[in-house]
Amino acid sequence: MKDHNAPYTSTTNACKLCKPLGACLAFRGIEGAIPFLHGSQGCATYMRRYIISHFREPMDIASSSLGEKQAVYGGGPNLKQGLKNVQSKYGARLIGVATTCLTETIGDDVPLLVREFRREMAGGNGHEDLPALVTVSTPSFSGTHMEGFQAAIKSVVEQMAAGGPATEAVNLLPGFVSPADIRYLKEVLADFDLTGIILPDISETLDGPAQDDYEKIPAGGTPLKDIRAMGRARATIELGRTLFPQETAGRFLENRFGVPWRPLGVPIGLRETDRFFQVLEELAGCATPPRHDLERGRLLDAMVDGHKYVFGKKAVVYGEEDLVVGLTAFLSEIGVRPVLCASGGHSGNFGEAIAAVTQDLLAEPPLVREGMDFYEIAEEVEALAPDLLIGHSKGYHLARKWGAPLIRVGFPIHDRFGGQRILHLGYRGAQSILDRIINAILEKKQQDSPVGYGYL
Amino acid sequence: MVAAGLNLRLTGWKACATDGERNMATLNPEELSPPVAEMKPAVVDINAEEVRKELLGKYPTKVARKRAKQIVVNEIGPDGAVPEIAVNVRTIPGIISQRGCTYAGCKGVVLGPTRDIVNLTHGPIGCGFYSWLTRRNQTKPRGPEDHNFMTYCFSTDMQEEQIVFGGEKKLKQAVQEAYDLFHPKAIGIFATCPVGLIGDDVHAVAREMKEKLGDCNVFAFSCEGYKGVSQSAGHHIANNGIFTHVVGLDNTVKEGKFKINLLGEYNIGGDAFEIERLFEECGFTLISTFSGNSSYEYFANSHTADLNLIMCHRSINYVAEMMETKFGIPWIKINFIGAEATAKSLRKIAKFFDDPELIARVEEVIAREMPAVEKVREEVKARCAGKRAMLFVGGSRAHHYQELFREIGMETIAAGYEFAHRDDYEGRRVLPSIKVDADSRNIEELHVEPDPERYRPRLTEAGVARMKEAGIELSEYEGMMAEMCSGALVIDDISQFETEKLIEIYRPDIIGAGIKEKYTIQKSGVPMKQLHSYDSGGPYAAFKGAINFYREIDRMVNNKVWKYLKAPWQEHPELAAKYVWE
Ligand code: SF4
Ligand code: SF4
Repeated sequence: MKDHNAPYTSTTNACKLCKPLGACLAFRGIEGAIPFLHGSQGCATYMRRYIISHFREPMDIASSSLGEKQAVYGGGPNLKQGLKNVQSKYGARLIGVATTCLTETIGDDVPLLVREFRREMAGGNGHEDLPALVTVSTPSFSGTHMEGFQAAIKSVVEQMAAGGPATEAVNLLPGFVSPADIRYLKEVLADFDLTGIILPDISETLDGPAQDDYEKIPAGGTPLKDIRAMGRARATIELGRTLFPQETAGRFLENRFGVPWRPLGVPIGLRETDRFFQVLEELAGCATPPRHDLERGRLLDAMVDGHKYVFGKKAVVYGEEDLVVGLTAFLSEIGVRPVLCASGGHSGNFGEAIAAVTQDLLAEPPLVREGMDFYEIAEEVEALAPDLLIGHSKGYHLARKWGAPLIRVGFPIHDRFGGQRILHLGYRGAQSILDRIINAILEKKQQDSPVGYGYL
Repeated sequence: MVAAGLNLRLTGWKACATDGERNMATLNPEELSPPVAEMKPAVVDINAEEVRKELLGKYPTKVARKRAKQIVVNEIGPDGAVPEIAVNVRTIPGIISQRGCTYAGCKGVVLGPTRDIVNLTHGPIGCGFYSWLTRRNQTKPRGPEDHNFMTYCFSTDMQEEQIVFGGEKKLKQAVQEAYDLFHPKAIGIFATCPVGLIGDDVHAVAREMKEKLGDCNVFAFSCEGYKGVSQSAGHHIANNGIFTHVVGLDNTVKEGKFKINLLGEYNIGGDAFEIERLFEECGFTLISTFSGNSSYEYFANSHTADLNLIMCHRSINYVAEMMETKFGIPWIKINFIGAEATAKSLRKIAKFFDDPELIARVEEVIAREMPAVEKVREEVKARCAGKRAMLFVGGSRAHHYQELFREIGMETIAAGYEFAHRDDYEGRRVLPSIKVDADSRNIEELHVEPDPERYRPRLTEAGVARMKEAGIELSEYEGMMAEMCSGALVIDDISQFETEKLIEIYRPDIIGAGIKEKYTIQKSGVPMKQLHSYDSGGPYAAFKGAINFYREIDRMVNNKVWKYLKAPWQEHPELAAKYVWE
């Protein structure tokens, strides 16, 4: 056990992924888009294989494939050639160019190179076919995949949204949630009769139907014309408490185009979802549709029924900061004691966000730690003796060693089936997480029992 | 489908060596060179030359010119010569490729499977994270005392500060920390892209820390991702490092009459366990594997073996050659993918040692294993024969797995590697004529000389002659193309676009590739088997592995789900229309 004032040098078994991966995920949720990494090809390959193992869907990421020569003399020519090929071979309508550690280290000025590319293409033919080009700077030596994700969303909005006559649409920036979550959000907006612009929308692009004819770029994603219209929307709902103190896409839309910004926590659990529905009621000017009222009612009913199984149980929650904030809020509501909230991210806002959602519920606040890896989490676990762990697949070894059940949520999940279809959001998502938590506890009880009771 | 417009009848396709109806159980033990099997016309009815043109036609002239040299139609000449293919050249920017980077080849592939070396990635977090046990290498520590770091992922997780001011200090601290926490026998440092650019000297750090720690071997690899055209450069760097810093450190001679090393077997899905079992039953003593289910100590001692067996030629041939030069250990190419190939390989090893007892024992083992293989093979073959496969994977698997498919009557109509060199395609006979380009020159060729004390040629001149007579080719690999049919397509570093085109034209029954290709291919309605990490299956090596593989392929190519892709009303639109009309 080490002294917390002297942090470890190495990151051992990281609880975060690298920045451009998040950017690629965000770009993937835009109609006709291909993510493009400016760097050497290994990064693109690694990120593709990682994203694919979670979603079990194709995931194309192009690369400018720099070699030693370009690493020394600059990657401009490769970047331009790559953009040209992606445009002609894949028919991309948007190319999202993210940098990697390599090109950040050598200092390639990507926005400038892209401007040059545009000019060069305009000189030749085919200008009218030129896809939208969005650039984002994503050095992994500052920030995690979540910062990369948010940076990409912000870049898309900054570089594409325009003003003009107001529309009835509501912008919804959900952050990195699952395709099932996005489908749920769409359904909720439709039930409120709200026209939503959800950015990004990975509901189909990363969870598509079986086909016998492959489409190079999957159908779905946020339409480009909608993104352009975001500056004219009625409001922007932006999810993620740890984002609020920073410059975000939602805040940009407000400052630049006067679109009212409605920052909210990710609607996980009862009260964060209540807050979300309240804002929707306000925007739609109507009461929550009965089916969602009913879902809320059923969730409360289940919380009452399930209380005896979960009350007082100790949980360790880890993963992306905003996901952990939401889950911690929910756990506190159902009577589970979150003892450690850990994230590999370090926004600086994690502790405050956790406090905001748990303060009035918990007698004893959980340990909240940013910038953690699994080696450190494991050390804490020894002392905290949790009854369950909630997070992604990377916590499996710890759960196994500790002998506590792991409830898999978030990303990456590569030791279970259907990670892309896990629903975390809303009353419905809370219901399903509650069921899974209780069943995991019951299963463990049965497993540990020498008798093997079948009636619990 | 695009096939319209193409000449659909067989032209150009010669005939193919398939195992046909040969009964493997009765294989002649003397049969050591590739069998001259009965020749039968293959089932392919599309002209490969036309397909090639179709693939190239879609590219801009410059790209087409380059790809034209990387896409060839196989043609076996009278002396066994095959056409030249341009490989190991840079991927074109923007063309989505299967390839990874130098770091992936070095840390991920070659050194990753060793359980007791602390593999420390010096770089930002991603590179280390993505290579964290994702290849499904398995390992079996010898006891509770044995180190196993394979489930760990160590990284210096470089931050802006190190990028600006240098990362050597942090690296040293990280090495010290790993030593204090785990007391490993060895620590390997792996450089990622930014490291080379900011000028960190990882080797100097390694030397300094090795000296400082005293009882821990610390060595570094300059395997920055941008160094080579693919992971292949990383293999070479790994080979050099392990040979320089580890091989030969421990001269203890182990008991055992027939001592071997197995090179280029990474124990994916438990392959090495199955091979080890066979070795034991046959009476071979395995000194070291590079590097599946292996350990630092085995590497250190590997120069005491008498024969090196090469499984994956691409990733490890450098170590074999250097060991031959320095210690006098000969190497032969073997293959444990495919039951027949396994039997052949075992016999080859026995023949090398030329011991009647050993030969008899190997025959016994084969005779014991084969009936079970044969039974499943017959059953599966009845359902799979005549189906077609395409394999685009790795640097040896696209070759090796053709054996398994052939055994159940399936033909490989197109194949290619992801990161191989010309010798892996055309055979080592082309080695002298391979041009060394700037990218390859980048990777150091170690100058190795016979060890003054420990060089001991295992074969006398007479021994070499005897091998020749027995048909055992020393230091020889014939490559993939020699074993493919004339008229088959051979494509290096296939792009996603080309894969899609091939599917459209050929509609193969199965494709073997990697996880990145898996879902793209399956979205085209074609089953896809991962041949890097085996989906969640394996082992596929040796006899039991062959049985697993036959069953797996049977399950995949005969899966009924593909039939249901279209809903009934989509298949019979007139029916639906009728309902609407009524
Ligand atoms: S170099 Fe940077 S961007 Fe590339 S994989 Fe490593 S951490 Fe990620
Ligand atoms: S940064 Fe370099 S070493 Fe790391 S994954 Fe990318 S190409 Fe490979």
